[in-house]
Amino acid sequence: MAGSSYEKFKSDGTLAGNLLEWVDARFPATSMWKAHLSEYYAPKNFNFWYFFGSLALLVLVMQIVTGIFLVMHYKPDAELNASGVPIAFASIEYIMRDVPWGWLIRYMHSTGASAFFIVVYLHMFRGLLYGSYRKPRELIWIFGVLIYLCLMAEAFAGYLLPWGQMSYWGAQVILNLFGAIPVVGNDLATWIRGDYVIGDATLNRMFSFHVIAIPLALLGLVVAHLLALHEVGSNNPDGIEIKKKKDERGIPLDGIPFHPYYTVKDIVGVVVFLMAFSVVVFFVPEGGGYFLESNNFIPANPMVTPPHIAPVWYFTPFYSILRANTINFFWIDAKLWGVIFMGLGVMLFFFLPWLDRSPVKSIRYRGPLYKGALAIFVVAFGTLGYLGIQPPTPSRTMVSQVCAILYFAFFFLMPIYTKLDKCRPEPDRVTFK
Amino acid sequence: MKKLLFFLLLVPLLAFAAEGELHLDKAPDVSGDNAALQRGARIFVNYCLSCHSASGMRYNRLHDIGLTDKEIKKNLLFTTDKVGDLMRVSMQHADAKVWFGTAPPDLTVIARARSGELGSGADWLYTYLRGFYRDASRPTGWNNVVFPNVAMPHVLWQLQGEQIMGPDGKLKLVKSGTMTPQEYDAMVADLVGYLKYMGEPVAGFRKKLGVGVLIALALLFGLTYALKREFWKDIH
Repeated sequence: MAGSSYEKFKSDGTLAGNLLEWVDARFPATSMWKAHLSEYYAPKNFNFWYFFGSLALLVLVMQIVTGIFLVMHYKPDAELNASGVPIAFASIEYIMRDVPWGWLIRYMHSTGASAFFIVVYLHMFRGLLYGSYRKPRELIWIFGVLIYLCLMAEAFAGYLLPWGQMSYWGAQVILNLFGAIPVVGNDLATWIRGDYVIGDATLNRMFSFHVIAIPLALLGLVVAHLLALHEVGSNNPDGIEIKKKKDERGIPLDGIPFHPYYTVKDIVGVVVFLMAFSVVVFFVPEGGGYFLESNNFIPANPMVTPPHIAPVWYFTPFYSILRANTINFFWIDAKLWGVIFMGLGVMLFFFLPWLDRSPVKSIRYRGPLYKGALAIFVVAFGTLGYLGIQPPTPSRTMVSQVCAILYFAFFFLMPIYTKLDKCRPEPDRVTFK
Repeated sequence: MKKLLFFLLLVPLLAFAAEGELHLDKAPDVSGDNAALQRGARIFVNYCLSCHSASGMRYNRLHDIGLTDKEIKKNLLFTTDKVGDLMRVSMQHADAKVWFGTAPPDLTVIARARSGELGSGADWLYTYLRGFYRDASRPTGWNNVVFPNVAMPHVLWQLQGEQIMGPDGKLKLVKSGTMTPQEYDAMVADLVGYLKYMGEPVAGFRKKLGVGVLIALALLFGLTYALKREFWKDIH
């Protein structure tokens, strides 16, 4: 830590001052405050896209706090109660009705899950717009993709907990995918479920993952993500390094202290976000069936398969890629190809820093090739997402196959089109106002 | 490039043809109408609660729709004598399976479970409860337009009378019940309104609170935005 380069706090003789001096002599309080907030210099030209990092942090805290209160009343138990309703399912309704403000805490948590993905997808898209993953920020990006992976695991485990039909059958579909792995697949799937079918054992381990294991990993990764960011400094919409132009004190000319400038700016973003969030929580908590699926208001029933199983919206692009593989190719089963490509679809994000060969970072100075490729990628990703919610038909499968190819082409052809692209020269200083 | 993108956006739309012939009737909205909800609660307790439980719902939650403990005790308590009890049924799950082939589902959140692309859960229930017709091929003698081969017989048949399915696929009332079709529809609307209320008793309060929260946040927005502008004045 950069701690040693900061001066220790000197008391002005007041009680509070003495206390802070005492603490600061034993703990890097002042140096951490300065290194990460009051003397962390961020580019002054952050735009709309730069709100989503702090918003992701806000949602993470909100999920943890609401989660703590939900765990006080939720019961991970697949047994049926006297009325034939699974205890886990009934405990959610208990929270919704009998726990004071339980409905608000629960809706904040369920809406928070979708909000987390919306915010993170926009945050990642910002990275694609301005080349935030490029050297020297590769590790920030890798930590970020790991956070995204954890988030998917967290959402998957959390979605099983209400023990509704979609919880059950969604988990059935996804956990059965492990069975597609040759030789060890079926044993692996049984090991993960903890039973031959999804049942109480599965519910309890997913509860454990959801409230302990994954949040721990998530918090560690978020700290690593921020430490790496503050080590190299933030990128900006112009994609140029502000550290190249410093004043006589060594402060970047285009940099401003994160606190108070970006703290007051991010608070505005937080309020706007909370307004949108409140519209969902208070007026449309089911999010039109996308945030809380209607089928999940039916208790899990292993004997009744719903006619149409759709994952929650944030998984649907990858679910579409899974389903788009319909051909047994090279003596390998189509299902296994689906799993391979779905996994690859997520993993490819890790390689972005090395796939991009453009001389510039920001889309502002990139040529038409990257702009076009990114636009096609966004359309393909969105279409795959939409198709993943819909029941498959032959024509839809064909569209999703085309979109899956476009999705992968964005990554695999990136070294070529970013090199061929006609870029404009980057400015010396950031554009502001 | 723009044309290509436009085309790409259109291709998926072409592939998404509408499917499913079923049409749901729009349920009249009685939310907030306590008299209607109370009538609905009465129908629910009298006709549904013998087989279906609503095990997430407490009787005294009906304070929401303007009933007092005394009124609840006098008019609605058949299976218990405590107003704080959950709406349970005495029929055993295993027995129900033998009698009906499937246990009658718990109805606490049925109005939320039945919502879908065709309409809200209330629309589904409103159409379903008016969609029973005579079918000699079914063990109960009844079938349903919304829920084909449903295990439940037409519990409200004395009120509605008997419908048959015409060759044109439309329902026809062939034997009238104790209610006129208009009365029956209004009664079902009350019942469905109650089921919708029961699915989320807090919904009314939730929306009211939401307005207040949004107003507070709007004020906070003005304040924080002014703060931001004040600080950022010196950044050029």
